[in-house]
Amino acid sequence: MTRDPPRLLPCGDTAFTIEFGTRIDAGANARVLALDAALAERGWPGLLETVPTYRSLTVHLDPLRADPAELGRAVLALAAEALAPVPSRRLWRIPVVYGGDFGIDLEAVAAHHGLAPEAVIERHSAPEYRVAMIGFLPGYAYLEGLDPGLALSRRPSPRPLTPAGTVSIGGAQALVASIAAPSGWHLLGRTPEKTFVPGREPVFLLQPGDRVLFVPTPPERWDVLAAAAEAGEPVAELCEA
Amino acid sequence: MNARLHVIRLTGAASLQDAGRRGFLRYGLSASGPMDPLAHAAANRLVGNGPGAAAIELGLAGARLRVEGGAVRLALAGAPSVLRLDGEIIAGHRSFVVREGSELEIERPREGVFASLAAGGGFAVPPVMGSRSLHQRAALGGLDGQPLREGDRLPLAPFPPGGAAEQALDPVPLEREAPIRVVLGPQDDLFSEAGLATFLSQDFTVSNRADRMGYQLDGPEIAHGPGGFNIVSDATVAGSVQVPGSGRPIVLLADRQTTGGYPKIATVISADLRRIAQRRPGERLRFAPVDLETATRLARAQGALLAGLAARLRPVAGVAERLMSANLAGEAVDALRAGD
Repeated sequence: MTRDPPRLLPCGDTAFTIEFGTRIDAGANARVLALDAALAERGWPGLLETVPTYRSLTVHLDPLRADPAELGRAVLALAAEALAPVPSRRLWRIPVVYGGDFGIDLEAVAAHHGLAPEAVIERHSAPEYRVAMIGFLPGYAYLEGLDPGLALSRRPSPRPLTPAGTVSIGGAQALVASIAAPSGWHLLGRTPEKTFVPGREPVFLLQPGDRVLFVPTPPERWDVLAAAAEAGEPVAELCEA
Repeated sequence: MNARLHVIRLTGAASLQDAGRRGFLRYGLSASGPMDPLAHAAANRLVGNGPGAAAIELGLAGARLRVEGGAVRLALAGAPSVLRLDGEIIAGHRSFVVREGSELEIERPREGVFASLAAGGGFAVPPVMGSRSLHQRAALGGLDGQPLREGDRLPLAPFPPGGAAEQALDPVPLEREAPIRVVLGPQDDLFSEAGLATFLSQDFTVSNRADRMGYQLDGPEIAHGPGGFNIVSDATVAGSVQVPGSGRPIVLLADRQTTGGYPKIATVISADLRRIAQRRPGERLRFAPVDLETATRLARAQGALLAGLAARLRPVAGVAERLMSANLAGEAVDALRAGD
């Protein structure tokens, strides 16, 4: 396997990005998570936070305690090493009610690909995904692993508000949304699970690197599961290996 | 029961902000915190607080506030506003005591956008995830996860007893004329030469779509390169200048989205975040490139300025000012005349 050398991209005086690729790619994401883990283990004076994404790691620093150029070069050198991949120990089984009012774009996505809605559900719930990035809004989990046969570019105009718990696809990405927000993605379903609850421990359910399986769930189960989630009970199942 | 600050009237945006909520960028939560950290720290220092205590941040806002259930020491710093205590004009960038039942009127600022109103001892609202800063999109922090509204009663920490002298600070200039300095990147290579030239040489105007999340700018369109304007989402920082397909740049700020799928042509240096935040809708600005070394030097200079605020406090000593602080300005003038 050929590996492109990582690139150091400046983000002003308080951050820099180490970029491993420009496309969605499991290999690039594995290198991102390996660098993230190596930095967490090693620590660095003035290094504040790291943000893993599909293809890059952004490092935030305090320019009063670290020299941004120097720290950037040091982290780039570390990124160029063959870092040990980080095993993803946590696997979540997340219940999803597909179609109807829960996923208003299921039929359109099916029609676009010339598939039956059931086939879209099957293909969407078949793979084991990996949380490649949590971003945009708190707890929004961007997944890697979507069946390429389902990929579909975003809607021409975003919807002003999509519900909390929305499970959607945009381009080659799959997403579990936490809170209600505007979105230009295609809504396939919803999960009653809450991935972001201030005051709960943990506040954020999912972490970058976690594995995710979607479990198709009949709409009749929604009320029971939603009530449980509202009461703070977990409705997604965590298997640690 | 502690004293409270009762919001009688409010026009514009206002929220509680402290130094910000750190450590959650990897979970999609931006730090929030003051749009003008120097103004925020100055207001806090004036009332004897640490620089990162929670204060009310007013954004192009006017307000009338009544102190209930006790006295409080207050100070306003940042965008200059006319202040009236029970109808009498008082100076900004200095502390003053407001007695129970008194009303403070803050006019919409004459220039700039953000002003911070600090209270001695701070505001007694519980921190959420380590911070009292409001993050409005996440409905987190502040007073019950909401911006300030008319009718709110903000609980104040106990007013420290004793008659500490009132303090004053020279206002930190808003520096609204000079260009906003940027470091190019992370994705400047995704723009055409003409696009980069447009960005660095033309005037832009702050649009009406400007809030704590970011400022969208009007002006000439910035041309992308042949690769187009979509990237696989990566992380944003405070100051990221992202350019969507419209070619109209958006400067991302304190409450921004933590990741985005548009290329970022440049990053506003940390020392100039407060300067762009203080530009109003309709005001022009220009960008000027600096290298990373310069940006770092300027960040450290601003850090030193912030750390040195406490040492630059000066007790309000003049007779007129002292009497004014006791809200007896009218008598003070008479007393001075009598002394001629």
